[in-house]
Amino acid sequence: MIATRIALGIGLLFIVSVVIFGATELLPGDLANELLGQSATPETLAALREQLGLNDPAPVRYWNWLTGALTGDFGVSMANGRPIADLIGARLGNTVFLALYAAALSVPISLILGVLAALWRNSIFDRAANAGALTAISFPEFFVAYILVLWLAQTGLFPSMVRINPTTTFGDRLYMTFLPALTLMLVVTAHMMRMTRAAIINLMASPYIEMARLKGMSPLRIVLRHALPNALAPIINVIALNLAYLITGVVVVEVVFVYPGLGQLMVDAVSNRDIAVVQAVALIFAAAYVALNLLADVLSTITNPRLMHRR
Amino acid sequence: MAREVLLKIEGLRIEGRAGDAWTEIVKGIDLTLHKGEVLGLIGESGAGKSTVGLAAMGFARDGCRITGGSILFDGIDLRQAPEAERRALRGKRIAYVAQSAAASFNPSHKLIDQYCEAPVIHGVMPRDEAAHDAIDLYRRMQLPDPEGIGFRYPHQVSGGQLQRAMTAMAMACRPDLIIFDEPTTALDVTTQIEVLAAIRDIVRQFDTAAIYITHDLAVVAQAADRIKVLLRGDEVEEAPTRQMLEAPREDYTKSLWAVRSFARPEQPAPQAAPILSVQNVSAAYGKVPVLDDVSFDIHAGRTIAVVGESGSGKSTAARVITGLLPPKSGGVLFEGKPLPLALKGRTRDQLRQVQMIYQMADTALNPKLRLRELIGRPAQMYLGLQGKALETRIRDLLDLIELDPDTYIDRLPGELSGGQKQRIGIARALAAEPKIIICDEVTSALDQIVQEGILKLLTRLQDEFGLAYMFITHDLATVRAIADDVVVMQRGRVVEQGPKAEMFAPPHAPYTELLLSSVPEMDPDWLTRLLESRASASV
Repeated sequence: MIATRIALGIGLLFIVSVVIFGATELLPGDLANELLGQSATPETLAALREQLGLNDPAPVRYWNWLTGALTGDFGVSMANGRPIADLIGARLGNTVFLALYAAALSVPISLILGVLAALWRNSIFDRAANAGALTAISFPEFFVAYILVLWLAQTGLFPSMVRINPTTTFGDRLYMTFLPALTLMLVVTAHMMRMTRAAIINLMASPYIEMARLKGMSPLRIVLRHALPNALAPIINVIALNLAYLITGVVVVEVVFVYPGLGQLMVDAVSNRDIAVVQAVALIFAAAYVALNLLADVLSTITNPRLMHRR
Repeated sequence: MAREVLLKIEGLRIEGRAGDAWTEIVKGIDLTLHKGEVLGLIGESGAGKSTVGLAAMGFARDGCRITGGSILFDGIDLRQAPEAERRALRGKRIAYVAQSAAASFNPSHKLIDQYCEAPVIHGVMPRDEAAHDAIDLYRRMQLPDPEGIGFRYPHQVSGGQLQRAMTAMAMACRPDLIIFDEPTTALDVTTQIEVLAAIRDIVRQFDTAAIYITHDLAVVAQAADRIKVLLRGDEVEEAPTRQMLEAPREDYTKSLWAVRSFARPEQPAPQAAPILSVQNVSAAYGKVPVLDDVSFDIHAGRTIAVVGESGSGKSTAARVITGLLPPKSGGVLFEGKPLPLALKGRTRDQLRQVQMIYQMADTALNPKLRLRELIGRPAQMYLGLQGKALETRIRDLLDLIELDPDTYIDRLPGELSGGQKQRIGIARALAAEPKIIICDEVTSALDQIVQEGILKLLTRLQDEFGLAYMFITHDLATVRAIADDVVVMQRGRVVEQGPKAEMFAPPHAPYTELLLSSVPEMDPDWLTRLLESRASASV
C-alpha cells in the first residue's frame, strides 16, 4: 500500500512538471527577444534561439529540461548566465533551515497547547489559547512580521534584517533568523493547535474513552494514551500541510526580513522573466508538497494498527 | 446468605439533560448488594439501568448528574469522596464490562496492553506479573490461544472473544464488584451462551459480586441470584430469581414475561407460484466468497425468515436480491421473469417491487429531512404523486403506521423514539407500494415491548396488502412468532429450509439444533442443563 502511495506521488510530480512547463510555454513574448532586448538583429536572434534550443519542438525541449532536472541540472539562468543549480543550492538550504527552525518551534508548542486545551476544554486556558490562536491566524503575516520588528528589533534585541552567508555559525544563524521563524510560528501554530484539540475532543465521547475513565485512569493519561494515538492521522496531515507551507509559502516573510531563500529567488526571477529559474523553483516547491504529503500518508498508515495489522 | 453488605445505594436520583432542561431519569432507587452476590437489573431502554450501574461506580456520564441519595461502597461514600479516591477504586475494586467490546477496546493498543493498564497504574502488580496473569485469565475465559491472543489488536479478534477478553480485563485487579452492562446483547445466540457461561463461571470462581444489566430476562435468569425490575427510573419490584420467574407480583413484570406470546396465525400452504425466486446464487466480496449456491422462494402474503449467526450471508442474500451486489453465478426471478442482476440494469418499476427496512433506523433515516419528505420521496419518485395527492398519501401512510399525521408530519427523525423511527422505516418502504419487503434485523435494536408492537404492525400490513416479507434475523423467538417458512444459513450456505412447523420439530440438521438449543429459556437451570448435555454429547 505504501509502495502504491509512492508510485502515485511520483506520477503526480510528473504531471506537475508537465503543467509547469506548459504554463511557462504559454507566457507571452520570446525569450531570445527578451534577452537581447533592443540590440536584437534577426541574425543574432536566430543564433541565440539555436543556441538555447528554442527551435526544437516543445516535447523535445520538455524532455531535455526534465532529464536535466532529474540529474540536478536545471540549465543556466537567462538573466545572468549562471547555472541555476548554484543559484538554488544555498538558497534551498536557507529555506529548509528556516522551515525546520519554525517547525521545531511550532510543532511541539501546538501539540502541547492542543492537548492541554482538549484536556481542560471550556476552561479559561482553553478559551485563551483559542482566542490567541485565532488572533494570530487572522493577521496577515507581513503585519505580524512588522509588529515583531517594531517590538523586538527596534529595541535592539534581534536583528530585523537577516545577513547570513555560508560562513555564519549555527548559533548566529539561530539568533539572526529568530524573528522570521517566530513570525512563521505565529502563523502556523493556530492551525495545528486547533486541529489537535478538535481531533482529540472528537474522540472523547467514544466508548473506549469512557472505558478508560471507568478503569480509573487520570484525565491526562486518557488524553495522551487513549485519545491521542487515535487522533494522529488528522494531526499528522495538518502538520504536513503546514510544513509544506513553511517551505513554499514564506515569500512575504522572506521579503520583509530580506532573507535569502527560495521565495525571494522566485520573486526576483518572475520580475526578471528568468523563466528557467521560475520553472526550477516551482518544481522544487511542488516536490516539497508532494513529498511531505506522501510522508504524512505513510505516517498515518503506520500509526493505524487497523491498516498495519490485517486480520 | 447473610454476607457482608458490599454496596448500598439509597434514594438515588439522577438527572439527565435534554437541550437546556434537566429531567429526572432515576427517581429514587434503593439497592443493596452483598459480597459475592449477583444482582440482575432489568428493564427496557430508558429505564435507567445503565445509569444506575454507572452510579454504582460513582460515575455519571456527560449530560447526567447525580442529584440525590447516597452510594456506599464498602463503607466509602462515593458521592462525597474526592474524585481521586473514586478513581483509585475504579478498575481496581469496581470494574466495568461494556455492551460493545468492539467499541470499548481502544483500537490503537494490543489487548494485553489494555489488560495490564489497570493493575500497573493502580499499583496492584508489576507489568510482567499482570501479563502472566492475563494469560491465565484468558485461559479461564476459554479464549482460543490464550498465550497469543493478547498480542492482537481489537480489530483482529471476533466480537464474542472481545467480550470475554473484556471480562478478563475487568478481573485483572480481582475487583470486589463488576458491573456488566448488557455484555451479551450484541452477540449471536450461539456466541451469547459461551460468553454467558464464561462470565458466570469466573464470577463464581473469584467470588466477585456483580450487577448484571440486561433487557433479556432469560439471560439474567441464568446468572443472577436476585432480580430487580426498573421502569422509567423507578423500581417495579425485586425478588430472588426463582421467585421472580415463578411468581412475579407486578403487572409490568408479568407483561415483560408475556411479550413473546404474540404469534401470527398459521397460513395455508402457498398455492400460486413464488413471487420471487433466488436460484443457485453464489456471490463474493472481491475474492472472499460469501454465498455458495443459495436458493429459496418468496411467496406473496407469506413471511420467509432467514436465520443464522453473523457472517452467515443473510444480509448478503438481501443485497443480491435488491441488486446491490450482483452475484457471480445464479440469478433472481421476479414473477417468473429474470431480474437484471445489477441495480443499474433494473427499471424503476422493478426497483419499486422490492423495498428494504434496516436494522438501525437511526442511521437509515436522513436526520435532516422531515417525515413528510422521508415518506413522500418514494411516493413521488415511484408513483409520480404530486401536491394534494402526495399529501393525502403521506397522511394515509402515517395513519397506517399508527402515528398521528397532524402531530408527526413535520417532525425530524431525531424527535422520535427508536420504535417510532422504525415505523417510519416501514412507512417509507410501504410508500413505494412494493410486493416484497426485506426486513433486515428490524427488531434487533428494540426493546421487547416495542419489538412486539412492530411485529404486530408488520403482520397487520401483511394481511391488509398481501405483502411478502423476507425477514432476516438471528432471533429465533421472532421467527416463531411471525414466520411461515424458514431458511437456516451457515457460512454462506443454506443448511436447512422448509415450513416453520417442520423446522421447529425434530429431527434438525446439527446446526439448526445448535441454534435452537442456544435460545435462552426462562428457567434459571437452563444454562447448566444445556452445558451438561452438550458436554456429555461431546464425550
